[in-house]
Amino acid sequence: MTVRSRAPFYVFVFLLIAAGISIATWRHIELGVPWMTGEQRPVWMIEARVDFEGQDEAAQVSLHIPQQPPGFNILTEQAASPGYGFTIMETSASRRAEWTKREVSGPQTLYFKAQFVPEDASPDSARTRKPRPIPTFWEEPQATAVNELLREATERSSSPESLTRELIRLLQPDSRTQNTTLLVSDDNYLQLLERMLNHAGIPARTADALRLEDARRRQQLLPFVQIHNGDRWLTFDPRTAEQGVPENLLLWRQGSESLLDVVGGGNSQVSFSMLRQTVPALQLATLEANQNGLGVLGFYQLPIEEQSMFRMLLLLPLGALIVAFMRIIIGVRTSGTFMPVLIAVAFVQTTLVPGLVAFLSVVAIGLVLRGYLSSLNLLLVSRISALIILVIFITAGLSIVGYQMGFNTGMTVTFFPMVIIAWTIERMSILWEEEGAREVLVQGSGSLFVAICAYLVMSTSLAGHLTFNFPELHLVVLGLILLMGQYTGYKLSELRRFTPMKVYD
Amino acid sequence: MDWISPRKLKKLGMLNMNRRNVGYIGRYNERSSFPLVDNKLKTKLAVSEYGVKTPKLLQVVRQQHEISHFREMSEDLDGFAIKPAKGSGGKGITVITGRDEDNFVKASGARISVAMLERHLTNILAGLYSLAGTPDVAIVESLVQSSPALAKYSFQGVPDIRIIIFQGYPVMAMLRLATKASDGKANLHQGAVGVGLNISTGQSLNAVQFNRPITLHPDTGLALQNINIEAWEDMLEMASRCYEATGLGYMGVDLVVDAHEGPLLLELNARPGLAIQMANGEGLLPRLTNIEALKRPHFSPRERVQYAMEAFGKH
Repeated sequence: MTVRSRAPFYVFVFLLIAAGISIATWRHIELGVPWMTGEQRPVWMIEARVDFEGQDEAAQVSLHIPQQPPGFNILTEQAASPGYGFTIMETSASRRAEWTKREVSGPQTLYFKAQFVPEDASPDSARTRKPRPIPTFWEEPQATAVNELLREATERSSSPESLTRELIRLLQPDSRTQNTTLLVSDDNYLQLLERMLNHAGIPARTADALRLEDARRRQQLLPFVQIHNGDRWLTFDPRTAEQGVPENLLLWRQGSESLLDVVGGGNSQVSFSMLRQTVPALQLATLEANQNGLGVLGFYQLPIEEQSMFRMLLLLPLGALIVAFMRIIIGVRTSGTFMPVLIAVAFVQTTLVPGLVAFLSVVAIGLVLRGYLSSLNLLLVSRISALIILVIFITAGLSIVGYQMGFNTGMTVTFFPMVIIAWTIERMSILWEEEGAREVLVQGSGSLFVAICAYLVMSTSLAGHLTFNFPELHLVVLGLILLMGQYTGYKLSELRRFTPMKVYD
Repeated sequence: MDWISPRKLKKLGMLNMNRRNVGYIGRYNERSSFPLVDNKLKTKLAVSEYGVKTPKLLQVVRQQHEISHFREMSEDLDGFAIKPAKGSGGKGITVITGRDEDNFVKASGARISVAMLERHLTNILAGLYSLAGTPDVAIVESLVQSSPALAKYSFQGVPDIRIIIFQGYPVMAMLRLATKASDGKANLHQGAVGVGLNISTGQSLNAVQFNRPITLHPDTGLALQNINIEAWEDMLEMASRCYEATGLGYMGVDLVVDAHEGPLLLELNARPGLAIQMANGEGLLPRLTNIEALKRPHFSPRERVQYAMEAFGKH
C-alpha cells in the first residue's frame, strides 16, 4: 500500500457529514419533520354546517370551499352527510363541495370538515394577471354622487390601495356627507363599494373570511373586499379600511361568486364552528410529504410492514458506531466483532432485563451441552450444526417453561439470532479450554457491555426517531466511522496496559 | 487503577494497536503475502530457498483418512510436535517429548494416548485452530532440542526468540520463556516471561510477566539479567532474510536455538504483538521512524543487521 495524502480523505468525510446534516436540516425546514419526538403543532379544525329545508324533491347543495387560503395549508378534508352523494368539484376559479340526493324532505344538516395548518410563509396571495374592471352603470342622481365621492377620494390618494382606503373611510357612517347618505343603505354597502371601485377603474371583488378563535360555534363569515393592484389581489376590511390578512383570518371564499347554492331546498344557511387542535408535528410532516411529492425521499410511502422493518435496520448503523467506538477508542475486548450489535438488536425487541436473562441462560445451558459435544469428537461443521439445533431446543424449552410459569417474556427468546448464539457458544467454549475461564469472562462481559451500551442508545426514542425520519443522518454516522478508522492514537485500555512503562520514563 | 498519560507514552515512543494496524501492518504488509506466514507449511517452503532452516518436516496430514498413516509414522519416533498449519498464537500445538509404553508423553509430562492424538489431528483438519475456522492441514515436525544454555531458564517448553523485522531491519528482540502459568507455551499473554534483548549484543535487558517487570523466573528461580544469546548476529541475519522470502515489511520472526542444528525458524507472524516493547522498556516508534527515514536502504541482510546493531544497540 502506498502512502497517500490524507487531505482528499478528510475532505470526503467532511462532505459526507456536511451532506448528511444539511439534507436533514433541509428536511426539517422544508417538510417540517421535527428534530425531537413528541413535538406538537397547532391545527385549526373548521366545520362548516349547512342547514336547509327539503322540499320533497331532488336536492343539490354546493358549498364553496377554500382552495389555497393565504397563510394556511389544507391538511385533511372530509364530509359528513348520511345518505348524500358527495364530491369535490374543482374548476380553475373555484372549489366547491357538492352534496346530492334524490329525494329530500324536512330539515337537513350537512357537515364539511377541514383541518388547516398555519404556514409561516407570507400570507400574500399569489400573483395573478390583472383582470378588467367590471363596467358599471349608474342612474341619476346616484351617478353624480358616485362621481363626486370618487373625485374626493382620488384627490386624497395616490394609488389604487390608498384610493380604496380613502373611499372606505368616506363611506363610513361618521364621515357621511349628503352624497354618501344618498348612496349607502344598510344592506348594499359592500356591493356599493365593489361597484364604485370598479367604476374607478380598479378591479374589485368581495370575499368572505372566518375569524379564527378557539372553540367558537355558529360563526358567520365576515365580508371583505379585495382589489387587484396589477400584481395580486389585496384584501381590505370594509369597516376599518385595514389592509392585509391578519394571522387569525382564514379567507374561506375569494374569487367565486356564491358561497352556498341550494337547488331543491329552501331556507338554507351556513355556519361555522372551529377548534384549535394540536397534532404531532411528525404526523403533520408525513401527511404533507405525501401530498407534495417530496415524500419520495423518505420512508413514509412504503407499506407499514416494510416501514417497521426499516425502523429496525436503520438502527444497526448506530450499533456499528458504538462497536467501532468501543473497540477502537476504548479498547473493550468482545467475542466476535459484531455479535454485540446483533444481541443489542435482540434486546431492543425483548427489552433489557428479560433479554439479558434469556441470553445468559441460553449461553450457559449451551456451554454445558457443548461440553458433552466436545467429548464426542465431532467434526467442526457437524458440531456447530448440532449446536444450532441444541440452541433452538433450548430457546423453545425456555419459551415453553416461561409461558407455563406465566412469564410472557419467555417467548421473546426467539428474537435472538440462533446461528450467532451457536457460534458464540462454540467460541466461548474453545476460549475456555485454551485460555481459561478468566478470558471467557473478560470477553463475555466485554461483549455484553458493548451490547448493553448499543441497546441503551438504540432503544432511546430519539435515536429511533432520528434514524427513521432523517435517514441521511447515517451519512454522518458513516463519516464518523471512517474517521475512527483513521484513529492511530492510544486506546483507553492501552493507557492501563502500558502502565508499567512508567518506570522507564 | 493505575494509568499512564498518553503524553508519557508518546514520549516513550510506544507503538499502539491502532497505529500498528493502520500505519505498519496495513501500510507495509501486502495482503497477498499473508497466507505465506499464516500457513506454517508455506512458510517452511518459502524460507528454505533463502537459507533459513526450519525444524524437519516429518509428515503432513491433509485428509481425514491420512490420520491412520500418522499411527505408523509415529511408531518409531520419540519426540515430535503436531502443529496446525494455519494456527495462530501457538494454539493447537502439541509437543510430544517421549513415550511411556503405548502412550505418548507431552511436554508437560502428561500421558496421552494415540487415539487422543488422532482426535487432535481431526480437530486441526476441521479448522478448530485456524484463523478463520477454515479447514486446515496438520504438520508433524521433529522435536526441537533446545540448547541447554537457554533451556534451563524455561519451565518446560522451548524458549524462543521473537525479533521484529521492519523492512528487513531487525528493530527489536526478546526472549520468551515458558512458565507454569503459560502451560509450557511461549506466549506472553498466556503468562510466559518476556526478556528484552539488546539488539547489538544479544544481552538481556528487562523481563516482564503479565506486563509486570520481574527479575527472577517465577518457576525456575533463575536471574534473568545476564542471559546472553550466542551467535547473535547470525540469528539476526537469518531473521532479516525472511524479509526477502516473504516481502512483508513489518513482521515478527520466531526463532529457536536447537542444540544440534543451531538457530531454526519456528514461525513468522504478520501481526506481531506489542508486548515486546514492555520487555525492552522502550517504544518501537523511534526505531521504526529511523528506518522509515533512511534515504538509501541497505540491500543485503548482513548490511541491514550491521546498521541495526549500530543504531539500536544500548551501550
